[in-house]
Amino acid sequence: MSGLTLRLRERPTQRLDASGLTPDRLAGLTVEQIEALPLHLGNLESSVGALFEVHAGDAHDLHLEGETGRLDRIGARLRDGAITVHGDAGYDLAAGQRGGTIRVEGSAGDRAAAGLSGGLLVIEGDAGALLGCAQPAEATGMRGGLVHVRGNAGPRACDRMRRGTVVVEGDCGDYAGSRMIAGSLVVKGAIGEQPGTMMRRGTLLLAQAPERLPCTFVDCGEHEITFLGLLRRRLARKGIDLGAFGGDSGRVRRFAGDIAVSGMAEILIGA
Amino acid sequence: MKLNGVAIEDTFAEAFSMRATRIVITADTADWARIAAESLTGFATSVIACGCEAGIEPPLASDETPDGRPGVAVLLFAMSSKDLQKQLRDRVGQCVLTCPGTACFDGLESEERLELGSQLRYFGDGYQISKRIDGERFWRVPVMDGEFLCADSVGMTRGVGGGNFLVLGASRAETRAATEQAVAAMRALPGVILPFPGGIVRSGSKVGSKYQALIASTNDAYCPTLRGQTATALPDSVESVLEIVIDGLTEAEVRAATRAGIEAACSPGPDGGVIAISAGNYGGKLGQYHFKLREILGGESLVGAGT
Repeated sequence: MSGLTLRLRERPTQRLDASGLTPDRLAGLTVEQIEALPLHLGNLESSVGALFEVHAGDAHDLHLEGETGRLDRIGARLRDGAITVHGDAGYDLAAGQRGGTIRVEGSAGDRAAAGLSGGLLVIEGDAGALLGCAQPAEATGMRGGLVHVRGNAGPRACDRMRRGTVVVEGDCGDYAGSRMIAGSLVVKGAIGEQPGTMMRRGTLLLAQAPERLPCTFVDCGEHEITFLGLLRRRLARKGIDLGAFGGDSGRVRRFAGDIAVSGMAEILIGA
Repeated sequence: MKLNGVAIEDTFAEAFSMRATRIVITADTADWARIAAESLTGFATSVIACGCEAGIEPPLASDETPDGRPGVAVLLFAMSSKDLQKQLRDRVGQCVLTCPGTACFDGLESEERLELGSQLRYFGDGYQISKRIDGERFWRVPVMDGEFLCADSVGMTRGVGGGNFLVLGASRAETRAATEQAVAAMRALPGVILPFPGGIVRSGSKVGSKYQALIASTNDAYCPTLRGQTATALPDSVESVLEIVIDGLTEAEVRAATRAGIEAACSPGPDGGVIAISAGNYGGKLGQYHFKLREILGGESLVGAGT
């Protein structure tokens, strides 16, 4: 049985809150019941049927099609199942995701993976600002799970991140890992200004050295880090290649900081 | 019943339920992984005085280990989870944490857990780093050659300890040679260890002693030099008896290892000095597992009821 498909009839006229369209909420419903579900289009009351063509299928393999860039909060609080977005995603993609898999074929707006605590999020294009940050009114950002961005990520990626792993294949904006509490951010492309600002614990793994690091990171020298071999193999299981990072020996230059706060974080730069 | 002309006695090995764990040790080279494992499994022949029984499984290739380096898997068995916890922590702490370039990983999927890195991490004096990947937590503990990478916890299961068989031979040299062949065949199998030196034990014991302080003493019925003094269990032609003790993660693995070992031990045949195969038991009243030799070899056993 193929997946349940919701195809937008036209580009939404306003932002559309898609947080209700998750496999666990749609499972067991008929096409008619799904079409009757209420949706908020900006400040207007609408319904799934008014905005989407619904094609029956397995709700645990949900597909969103059409001009999806105005769909916000796709996959919010997802527990299991899979969502594939055949296009761009709006703001707050995968907010509070707890499990399952979300795959976006295009790019995502700001605050993707905010408060994500489990599962896998793959963004084939770019991610906006504050990837993996905290949700409103929450003290910590991502708390687990794995996020893979094949394109670039905007500024302040992993702000206040608490746990989990984020891999950015492309470039990453300024202040990556700002206020990070723990977890790992891997950036295979170029890194912006001041990575690791106010970072308490956790790891920034950078393939390319930044133009300059914050002066509150101290040089600990070049080393072989055994952990990188483990990380490489665990990521490979998910189809993510850590690349030539530090070569086979995992040789990296280690900077510890941010000594303006606890100083227990590290920035590892491929040597 | 005979196998390659060697008499298979109609008896059974009596084995016990034990707590078991499996860890994977990796290092920069296969040699250093082996050295760490040998150190860890040293003085771990019997729970009677060693606290645990431990041994090394066949070596693992780089693509079979969590960090892509050469490694070995080690099995540890103890009579209680408390004993196993202490032995695991102390042995990894003294023999793996200390060994150049090594890392230590969980080798057994199980919901029951033993703490490992969660205790050893304190060696890091606050500089240790926790990493959680795929829901699994690891510790990076700074040491003088870099970092000791260690799983936070490892799985624990209920294993089988004390499976065994005896090789009755015409001379010490022939008996030893046949038993060595059995050890080689059994050590190629996963999920089992042979905890005694070189996989072989010569001091089989019986329950009790004339000395009140001892709970076990030499098995005089199988001591060839006492043939005329005791109710011997040995045919006249037997001059040497060696035992292989088997601990395994499952009953099936102990059974498979017993079969492979006996077949290899019998391969020299009577001309090669192998006269009979027997097994050690306590009358069937102490151990939860009874491994009937003839049944394991595909024959029919008439020994008393058991598992």
